[in-house]
Amino acid sequence: MEYIIKGGIVFDPLNHIDGEQKDILIKDGFITDKVSPKAKILDVTGKLVMPGGVDLHSHIAGPKLATGRLYRPEDTRRGIKTFPKGSVQGFETGFSIPSCPTTGYRYSKMGYTTVTEAAVPPLEAKHAHEEIDSIPNLDIPTLTLFGNNWFMLKYVKENNLEDLTLFISKWLKLAKGYGIKIVNPCGSEAWGWGKNVNGLDDPEPHWHVTGREVITALTKVNEKLGLPHSVHVHTNDLGHPGNYETTLETFDCVKHIKKNKNVNRNQVIHCTHVQFHAYKGTSWRDVSSGATELIDYINKSKHMTCDIGQITFDETTTMTADAPMEYDLFRLTGLKWANKDIEVETASGLIPSIYSMKAPVSAFQWAVGLEFFLGIKDLWKIGLTTDSPNGGPFIRYPRLLTWLMSNQKLNDMLDNQVHNWATNRTDITSYDREYSWNDVAIVTRANTAKILGLTDRGHLGIGAKADVSIYDIDVNDFDTTLMSNAEIIEKKLLNALYTIKDGEIVVKDGQITNLVKSKHLWCNVVGLEEEEEQLIRKIKPTFNKYYTIKYENYGVTNHYIKPDTRFDINCNKQG
Amino acid sequence: MTESEMIEYDEIVRNCCCSYCGNNCDDITYLLKDKKIVGVRHACRLGASKIINDTDQRLLNPMIRNEEGILEETTWDIALDKVTQLLSASMRPLFYGWGETSVEAIKKGIVLAQQTGAVMDNQSTICHGASIQAFQNVGHPVMTLGEVKNRSDVIIYIGTNPMDDHPRHLTRYTTFPEGFFRQNGREDRLLITLDPKYTNTAKISDKWIQFNMNEDYSLFNAIRTILNGGKLKSDKIAGVDKEELYDLVDIMKNAECGSLFFGLGLTQTLAKQRNVDVLIQLIEDLNKYTKWSMLPMRGFFNVNGFNIAMTTETGYPYGVDFARGYPRYMVGETTTIDLLNRREPDFFMAVAADPVIQFPGYSIKHLTQIPVIQVDTHWGPYTEIADIVLPSTRVGVETEGTGYRMDGIPLFMKKVIDKPENCHSDEWILHQLNERIKKINGDT
Repeated sequence: MEYIIKGGIVFDPLNHIDGEQKDILIKDGFITDKVSPKAKILDVTGKLVMPGGVDLHSHIAGPKLATGRLYRPEDTRRGIKTFPKGSVQGFETGFSIPSCPTTGYRYSKMGYTTVTEAAVPPLEAKHAHEEIDSIPNLDIPTLTLFGNNWFMLKYVKENNLEDLTLFISKWLKLAKGYGIKIVNPCGSEAWGWGKNVNGLDDPEPHWHVTGREVITALTKVNEKLGLPHSVHVHTNDLGHPGNYETTLETFDCVKHIKKNKNVNRNQVIHCTHVQFHAYKGTSWRDVSSGATELIDYINKSKHMTCDIGQITFDETTTMTADAPMEYDLFRLTGLKWANKDIEVETASGLIPSIYSMKAPVSAFQWAVGLEFFLGIKDLWKIGLTTDSPNGGPFIRYPRLLTWLMSNQKLNDMLDNQVHNWATNRTDITSYDREYSWNDVAIVTRANTAKILGLTDRGHLGIGAKADVSIYDIDVNDFDTTLMSNAEIIEKKLLNALYTIKDGEIVVKDGQITNLVKSKHLWCNVVGLEEEEEQLIRKIKPTFNKYYTIKYENYGVTNHYIKPDTRFDINCNKQG
Repeated sequence: MTESEMIEYDEIVRNCCCSYCGNNCDDITYLLKDKKIVGVRHACRLGASKIINDTDQRLLNPMIRNEEGILEETTWDIALDKVTQLLSASMRPLFYGWGETSVEAIKKGIVLAQQTGAVMDNQSTICHGASIQAFQNVGHPVMTLGEVKNRSDVIIYIGTNPMDDHPRHLTRYTTFPEGFFRQNGREDRLLITLDPKYTNTAKISDKWIQFNMNEDYSLFNAIRTILNGGKLKSDKIAGVDKEELYDLVDIMKNAECGSLFFGLGLTQTLAKQRNVDVLIQLIEDLNKYTKWSMLPMRGFFNVNGFNIAMTTETGYPYGVDFARGYPRYMVGETTTIDLLNRREPDFFMAVAADPVIQFPGYSIKHLTQIPVIQVDTHWGPYTEIADIVLPSTRVGVETEGTGYRMDGIPLFMKKVIDKPENCHSDEWILHQLNERIKKINGDT
């Protein structure tokens, strides 16, 4: 199929196109410079055209989601919508934890085409891939949890980076994972005994390994392998007042590690949902924002990127492999608590969370997130996330953008709507930045793709995947800084005029018109296969002794990843 | 001295998944001769008998009940067409079962339910549905079985008798095996059973606490009261001396890592889900002192997989009604027994389940009044009332597919031998029905 997207106002920051009127040509699923006369013309004169959205951190598939849905039917009930007559789309259910098909519909309608599932325990990776099979219209890379894995802890203790490298490379193949995720390193293992670690240098009770050692070792391995994405780190002490120092130390602990020269990204570490890690003080009574210090560090550094984890004032569901933190939240709020410890690998926890504008802590957290958005000078260091659904569900991204695009809107929120802790306990009022469409395209597409190391998307250059989103906004006649336009922006960004994925129209006029199978994106390290097999022969007896399933039944087979996109990584040992 | 083989075989297939109980043991070895299973290693007697005992009472051809009331063999086309015709003519179809089939088949079933506006329900509705209700009320603090094996020094079974119904639960997963932090296996652990009966599990426990039937709630409430520093007013709670309860709380508080398993003894006695509610609260409270987790003892090998697949597709775990074009879930309203007792369904299909064994008589009576379809592998009481019988295959033996263990670990269950010639997998049968229904819906 060939298309000419005609006359749109294009924002393509990776190719330095900032609001030019330009035709985009599509052939056989890719952007091209020439199409035949048979090409279909989509006249979108004056409308907003961007690359398809890329989300680098979201929770959409796997055991956490299944538990969330199972124990929160009240959330499922909140999002019920019958299927539109004559549409290919089915019904929708759920608000913060939608059913899998619903997740696909909603992201697709928002113009997103790639969404990262940010935390998959390898033991239950089949479950995540099976859920991805039920999500339509997206490309989905999964990040594999390694930060509390026993084999990893042992190698780090022995300072055996060689075997650790082989282990990671093999385990990504087994879990069909795209990258390395580290969540509260050593803390979730300590949770096996009902404990946590306190900061980056507090050793885990059995192996006596610290978060610092885990993060540096895995970063070295990541760069040695040359994986497209960097390590993706949820630092220790999430949600605890005073944690910003741990966060700073984490930022700093890998700055000396050299980036692999074959990769396309700028960073060696990606720190996720920094909003939750930026608090000063000793308790929730005297808490204040540590964002200024973190922003200052980020502005001066070159080796790291982050995403925000913005709060959106909703009743949502938190879910993380940082299980001890979820129990702390349970002690704090008394809402229903779910926990699941996963043998040899990790723990995980869930709890509903009610972020209210009138609640001091929620308003404070909300303002801290916005501080990062407005304070980090170089937007090529950040990605837009709500850590969906932890800070709020992904369908709030458009609303979040209205706070960033209009000072008028933001000030109205600060003056008239939210609790005064937002202004009293943070520096939010010191910023007057307003996001342009180009800025929006950076933090939702161009840079999120770049951080993930996905070079084939996030832009509209020749040869890129034809993932395009078009919104019904007349860019040149529309003032995004007006408060009165905020609602319109939200509505238009929630319902794309067109979403095009791999050169096929999947959304038109805010309605799903086409359902395609989501692709499973994963990294296949090439060149270490023999050594990996030797390692497996060595560790198989230990594996079979301490897991409760056999090694032979552990990996995700091809049965679960149809269709997939495999990234072959040539591991250059000198890398 | 070498022992001679008891069984003659010419092929070995290792690491197969057992398709019996919620343990989903994945270390089973099948011994084959002439492409038939003649022996099973590692499996318990329940699993082994299910895997081997294949031909006895096996359904081998589609059947339709004739006017004389006799089941008569027929062709697949005629049987499937007849099912489609009955299904599309019905107002309130109900699909039940699914505990012993693959997630892949269940997903096809969900599509069929959506297309026909049916109710989709599984064995949870009569087993651990009450536990799921409790999770929804209070919380869900669980673990995988390896956590128990590697860490637990105190293990408690309440209202369940795994030695008889999940025979390898203690030997492979929890109590006996050597764990990373429990190198001496059984010797490093304290095993406690709470049960009104002196079960086989109680017999091998270090401690058996007998309590009165139907007094679970007051028992757990008392334990929780002691844990939280309260005083008990009576000397005996649910028939148990209060000193014994103080001792128990002491053991629980001082465990390094405790694990608690509960069974249908809780969900099927007087306070039902409330029994589980208070047990979850107990676990939550215990975590203030030390580590505790819990897990329901799920019955069939994929009863958990149904709940998971259902939440994937609709958000709800079981008893999901598609009659209005979107899913509804209301225990007591959209659940199988309640629907049958209200005489609502006018079409009933059981896939991989035998409702005549499982349901109360009053519910079964209604089944004799409406068209009922059986999709299963073996002749059972349900076959006696079925109007149409569609013979299917066994997952993990003749058909591959995914099953979820009781703790939610997914396993890919292999196909090892060929199916009987005229049987088809549940997945295939449901796909055929989907295609036929689609055609009818498209025509109108």
